Amino acid sequence: MLSTVLERVTKVVVDRLGVDESEVKPEASFREDLGADSLDVVELVMEFEDEFETEISDDDAEKIATVGDAVTYITEKVGE
Amino acid sequence: MVDLLKLSGKNIVIMGVANERSIGWGVAKALFSVGANVIFTYRKDRSRDKLEKALAKNEFTAKQIVQCDVNSDESIEQAFKTIGEEVGVIHGVVHSIAFAHQQDLHNPFVETTREGYAFAQDSSAYSLVAAAREARHYMTEGGAIITMSYLGAERVLEGYNVMGVAKAALEASVRYLASELGEQNIRVNAISAGAVRTLSAKGVPSFNTILSQIEERAPLKRNVKPEEVSDMTVAMLSNLSSGVTGEVIYVDAGYHIMG
Repeated sequence: MLSTVLERVTKVVVDRLGVDESEVKPEASFREDLGADSLDVVELVMEFEDEFETEISDDDAEKIATVGDAVTYITEKVGE
Repeated sequence: MVDLLKLSGKNIVIMGVANERSIGWGVAKALFSVGANVIFTYRKDRSRDKLEKALAKNEFTAKQIVQCDVNSDESIEQAFKTIGEEVGVIHGVVHSIAFAHQQDLHNPFVETTREGYAFAQDSSAYSLVAAAREARHYMTEGGAIITMSYLGAERVLEGYNVMGVAKAALEASVRYLASELGEQNIRVNAISAGAVRTLSAKGVPSFNTILSQIEERAPLKRNVKPEEVSDMTVAMLSNLSSGVTGEVIYVDAGYHIMG
């Protein structure tokens, strides 16, 4: 069975930020709740680009603040 | 079998690995594979943590990991002293460091601040001069110093701005250093890498657009692979390039020749 976008996003976040899977909830903010700094956020965006074979523009990347934002954005983008 | 590279057992210092996408990390992997001793310098603890993780994951052992803030002469002097005392002789240095304030890449170039201009030059160009000055004391068997440049040094590339000017200074510094250090049999060269998706590159506005433009226009009709930049860096550190110094070598799928 194909993993859902949420599962794949969660895996990337756990890998990159070294946080526990249970912390990666849709409402969790990368910076405030998951301890990411500005470079971590750029790294995450690059990982998402690789994982979902898509491009995320700088303007769009700025709007991705939470796990849920990432899932919504990617679902819309990849589903297009 | 003939050993063309002659890098096995040589001590090579890599400055500027921020994560596994860094060009410096690619060079490190290639150097480990040919049996060189790799020494890393880092500025922030964040980079050291990333580096240690990457080393563990790949089952590599660094010869040494040393803190070095390239904006400080004392720090650079101390770092090379620490390295020199440990390994005795340094055979190569890979300088893969550049930094500019984000706003100086986003604002029009004409609005670059005095401080931002100086900071980009200091971090990205002067740091090579200072590293060469300290490293040469330990490069007693000759060797090679390589730095990473970009086409923005000689052409206007949108959003590269103050960094382009810093890279121009970097490339000129390569030539002056090469002319002086040649007597010690130290070669100094720059690699002008095509666009590679590193953390630094992501700081350049419209980077994704640049990648697709290159894919369309470069003679090889693709972007350069990070491994290709590492391979050329290893070649430039090795005996294969023993007659080359003061050069800027393009590893860019041929993009720079296009009008």
